Parts: sequence; C-alpha cells; structure tokens
Amino acid sequence: MSMQDVKKTDILIVGVGGQGTLLASRVLGKYALDAGFDVKLSEVHGMAQRGGSVMTYVRIGKDIASPVIDEGGADFILAFEKLEALRYLHYLSPEGQILYSTQEIMPMPVVTGAAEYPRDIEARLPGTGIDALGLALEAGNGRAANSVMLGALCKKLGFDREKFEAALLACIPQKTAEINKKAFALGCGAV
Amino acid sequence: MKKLLLGDFAVARGAWEAGVHVAAAYPGTPSTEITEELARYPEVYSEWSPNEKVALEVGIGASLRGARAIVSMKHVGLNVACDPLFTASYTGVNGGLVIAVADDPSVFSSQNEQDTRLTAVSAKVPVLEPSDSAEAKEFTKLAFALSEKYDTPVILRLTTRVAHSQSAVETEERREVPLRAYEKNIPKYVMMPANARVKHVTVELRTEKLSEDANDFSINRIEAGDGELGVICSGGVYEYVKEALPGASILKLGMVYPLPYKLIEKFAESVKRCIVAEELAPHIETLVKAAGIRVEGKEIFPLEGEFSAKLIRERVLGEKSCAACANVPARPPVLCAGCPHRGVFYILSKRKLSVLGDIGCYTLGAVPPLSAMDAVVCMGASIGMAVGFDKSDPEAHRHSVAVIGDSTFIHSGITGLIDAVYNKAKITVIILDNRTTGMTGHQNHPATGRTIKNEDTYELDLAEVCRAVGVRRVRTVDPVDLAATEEAICASLAEEEVSVVIAKRPCALLAKKMYRGFKVNDKCKKCGACLRLGCPAVVKGKEGVEIDASLCTECGLCQKVCKFGAIEGEAE
Repeated sequence: MSMQDVKKTDILIVGVGGQGTLLASRVLGKYALDAGFDVKLSEVHGMAQRGGSVMTYVRIGKDIASPVIDEGGADFILAFEKLEALRYLHYLSPEGQILYSTQEIMPMPVVTGAAEYPRDIEARLPGTGIDALGLALEAGNGRAANSVMLGALCKKLGFDREKFEAALLACIPQKTAEINKKAFALGCGAV
Repeated sequence: MKKLLLGDFAVARGAWEAGVHVAAAYPGTPSTEITEELARYPEVYSEWSPNEKVALEVGIGASLRGARAIVSMKHVGLNVACDPLFTASYTGVNGGLVIAVADDPSVFSSQNEQDTRLTAVSAKVPVLEPSDSAEAKEFTKLAFALSEKYDTPVILRLTTRVAHSQSAVETEERREVPLRAYEKNIPKYVMMPANARVKHVTVELRTEKLSEDANDFSINRIEAGDGELGVICSGGVYEYVKEALPGASILKLGMVYPLPYKLIEKFAESVKRCIVAEELAPHIETLVKAAGIRVEGKEIFPLEGEFSAKLIRERVLGEKSCAACANVPARPPVLCAGCPHRGVFYILSKRKLSVLGDIGCYTLGAVPPLSAMDAVVCMGASIGMAVGFDKSDPEAHRHSVAVIGDSTFIHSGITGLIDAVYNKAKITVIILDNRTTGMTGHQNHPATGRTIKNEDTYELDLAEVCRAVGVRRVRTVDPVDLAATEEAICASLAEEEVSVVIAKRPCALLAKKMYRGFKVNDKCKKCGACLRLGCPAVVKGKEGVEIDASLCTECGLCQKVCKFGAIEGEAE
C-alpha cells in the first residue's frame, strides 16, 4: 500500500508522556505535507504529558476537516508502549493495522500495587510487536525508540524511505542525527 | 509558502505579519506557545509577565502609545486579567490590542472548564473564533484591524483542539505598521466616574454597530446545504459538523460576539431544523433564543467536554456508538522520576499534614501513593487558604502547610504572604523552587534571572522577597536531602509566626543528562518503603522491586528511604 493509493490515512500515535509521540506526529505531518497532501495533527501538551497516557492524531488525505480521529476510525495505530496499544485498540477501524513497541512502562496504579499490568497484552493485540527500546539502545540511545517505530511505520505503510528519513532529520537536533538514522534503519528492518 | 503550523504558532505568525510591536503573557496551557513563538521574531518586543493582569496592562500601555500589542493567556488567566479588561473595553485602544485566550474543553490541563465567551459578553469585548491554523493566522490579523476600526480590544478565542492542532498555513510577509501618534486624551483614557459614564454609552453603541456590521463580515458565512438541517457553529466545532453532517446547511460564525442577528434569522428561516452546536456554555444559543429565533442547542448537546464528529452524529442523527474500550489500568500523569518536589511531598504524606496546594506540576502531589494535597483552587490560592485555615482553627498551624511553586509564588503568592504577615497568621509556606515554570514547558520567570529571549536580567531572590514582606523565618533546603527538609518543615510548624521553607532544586527535565540508573540488590526485604515515593522508575516487579533504568535519574531518594541498603548506585 502506498500513500498515493489511499484516499485518507488516519494514524493514531499513542504512548506515555515523554516518549516522543509529539515528535513522531510532526515527522509524519512534515512528510505528508511535503508529499502534497492535506494534513492535520492534534497534540496533547501540559499536565497530561507528565508520564500520563498520551495520544496524538495524524490525519493525511485531501481536505481534512476535523483534526480528531474517532473511535473505530484509525487506519493505523502506532503504539510506543504495549499497555497503551491495548488502551486505544478500540480506535482501530475493522480493516486497520497496529504496530506496537513491546516496551512496558508501569503506570502508577501498578507501581503502587493497586492494579496489575496485564500479562496477556500481546495475545489481545492483532498487530506486530517490535522491541523498539532494544533496537534504539543498539543504535546508541534508548530515547531514539520513536525513530525505530517511525522506521517500522514507514516500511509498513510503503512510504518513500528517503523522503521520510529526510522529514525525520528535519525535525530533530543535528547532533542526534546519526543515532536516529541508525534507529530508523533498524526500525525499517524490523517489519 | 505553505507550512504546517500549530494553532498557537499561527496566531503568533498572524500577529507578526500584522506588524505587532509588543507581546506579553504569562504561560498557560494551551496558550503558551503563542508568546514563545513571538519571542523568536526580533521585530517584536516579547515578555513573560509575572501574571496575566500585568501582561494585559503592558498591552494596554503599548496600545495607548500607538503600538499594536497582543496579550496571550489561558481561560483562567483571563480571570486574573479581568480587572484591566473590563475597563480597557471602556477606554478603547490607540494601536490595535488583541487578547488571545485559550479555553480548555475537556480540561486537559486546567482546574476548570469555563467559557471565555461569557466573560467577553460581560466585558462587552468582541470575540473572534478560528477553526484551524489558517484561520488562526487570518483572524489574528483581522482582530488587529477590527480593534483599530471599532476602537476596542478584541479577544481571539481558541480552544485546546485549535491551539494544539497543526494544519497547513500559507505564510506571508510582515507588514510594518508605524506607531500611531500619541495624544493625551483625558476623557478617553482616564476612567473616573464622569468619563466612565460617557464611555459606557460609547461601548453600548459600539457593540450595537458591530452586531449590525457583522451581518456582512465575510468570516460569518452560510454554507448552503439541502435545507432540511441547519447548524450554527464556530471554531473547532465547525470542523466536526462538516465531517459529521456533510449535507447540512452551516452558518459558520467567525465572530461569536456580538452576533449578526439578521444573518442568523435569515439562516434559521432557510432550514427546517436549526441547531446551535457549541462546546461548553450555551452562549450563542442563549443570545439567539433571546432574540426570538427558534433553535435547538443544549437540549441535545452536553454542557461539558470537547465535541467530536462522532458526538455530533450521535446527538443529531441518533447514531449509536459500538466501539468498546479495553478494561486496563489507568495511567494518570505523575511527578516525573527525579522530580525535586517528590521529597517534599513524601515528607508531607508521611507526617499526614494538611496541604493547601497550588497550580503547577506539583499539583500531581495529590496523586496516590503520595496523596499529599488537600485543596487546589487557583494560582496563588495556597497561601490565602492557609491563612483561612489558621484563623479558623488555633491548632491548624501545627499540622498544615501551604505549598506553592516558584513561578506561581511570583504570579500571585506574594500578596497572600503579605496578608499572612500583616494579619499575624502562623502559617508555614513551602515554596517549591524548581528554577522554572515547569508544567507549561520550562519558561523563564523573574527568579530565573533570564528573560523570554534568554537574556540576562535581575534575578529575583525569593528568600529576600519573603524577608522584605516581613517573614523572619526563611529556611532554604535541597529537597533531595530528606533529613534537612523534614527538619526545616518541622521547625517551621513549631513557629508561632509565618515561616517559609524554600525547597530549591532545578526541575529534573532541565538536566538533560544521560543516566545509568540505580539497581536493586539482594538485600531487598520487599518492605515497599521505596514504593511509597510514587516514583515511576521504582516499580513493583514479579520478583520484588525493580528500577526502570530508562527512567531513573539517580536522584537518590529511594536509597534514602531504604533501611537495608538494597539500592545501589551513586546519587548525582
């Protein structure tokens, strides 16, 4: 599937505040706008960012109205954390695909013992799990896990790899370029 | 050139293109990025003001001198700025004065869900409401033009979804606007009773004229549909309506106060069923109904929360929702790993003190397991509330504290502290000084010694401020030093006068360092003491406590609460 073939692509990016979901949505937005599509992104800032559950919407297509993706409407979910993938699974459309990082970050109710981290998440998720943290560490820094996920997404959606990588490099500080390039390549190779 | 811009950035761009000279603000989600972005333009004088009232007063002064000025804030910030706003409505402007106010439907990062449009009606100030980033830029430019044409401040109302969404914007160049001539004009600018009485009449006439002229404003437009269903809407809701009801006629209002009644009447008559779709208060609906026009509104829509295309389909077309969400543990926001506030809240929690809290990251001290907060109301309220606690209960000062951040203290805590000293309260105030405005994304403030453009300036000394207003007991501690912090808090609680503890340590996110992270060794007795810190890096794993090395910042708090030496690593 290439983006040129689809009428619209609604991508939901979910994770834990601080994981870089904002950056990922901005890279996608830049890539799509440069490719001549209309794009709308919606982000979460402020209190929710402090280690809370976060979601950002990326809508790519022609004449996008609402920046929000409705439940059951996402063509694609990119999840930076396993539990968050499950939390937002009901946003996936019946034909949608999901790509998730197998990283586990314990939410506070689990930390304190008030709740348990579900053990059967991968069995309940329809898509592909990627060891994004492991691959990012291999690339040189765990914080590049979002670039790993973007690499995997690029491959999965059949985006133009060179142009997508250029969009990524345009959105990050110069000094982290090498690590992120490596992480992106590892992500591409992981699916 | 077409660019993808955040709604807030588009407002900044619009102001810059409109030749704005002065920008002032106090940070507040979701409005912060407007002024942050404006500060990048060398042509614009930009400042972080200590609070929104001062910011608006700076804007009023700039306008008076003939400059174009923009002042930005979140909805609750407008409450702080209401005093100057209501009278600036009377004086009118010289240079254009635009007030960008961002509301927060669904309360993503606020303490309430109030509707700025209602404040604007009380202040009799016109309100423009953009739907996306392109309009955010255009409406900002228009707001300056309207402000000067109608001699009024203009509010540009955003919501979180518009402020924090990105969409394509065609950027243009800046048009330099010369300063308007300044003339002393006592009847216009000195609002004493004789002048204010005259100006009130002017304000009512202005509102009437704007309402009349608005019938022909191109930003108020009808998009004709099949004539069965008509929807009156504005802002972000317009996008949801377009998506949810493709056949409907739409009256899109770019100006939501004052309203273009003739246009609305014409629209309502052109459709069989007319609905007002608006988030939060029934602002348009109430005014339209009062004008005798029949519409539906809050009979079908909620008064709280954000709308969506889905909600509109459900409420207007009766569509049923079928998506079921998984039942999984919640993930509330928490104090970050390494947060300097954690040590203080750990002590407050351990000693079971009543905590009168305030607005900032540290409001998260209320989240379990710390649960160390009893009340949070508004910016600066902690100190006043502590005085009230103290004056109602002679023993309160032994078991209660006020907790307030550095930026919040400067915003509106200082006056509370003056009250406490003046009225001989016995309260303990803890200033959580993390050297930044944390929650909104690390903005400078007077005590960081840096301006919005990161230039050096006078560094306000918080301890000196406390002493200057008459506090004799000021203790400064490093909150990672639990023993010293606990000792300072206990000593303050024992005082029979106002005392201040300044817990000073920079926000953990400012360090941007690489950490190896601590490890738990086999001396761990699984007592759970470290888990009571509520640190996201200290996790109850399958085999006992584990430390998530990807989150740990080596602050060393967990080592200090562990009695068995089970946590290894060198605190930085």
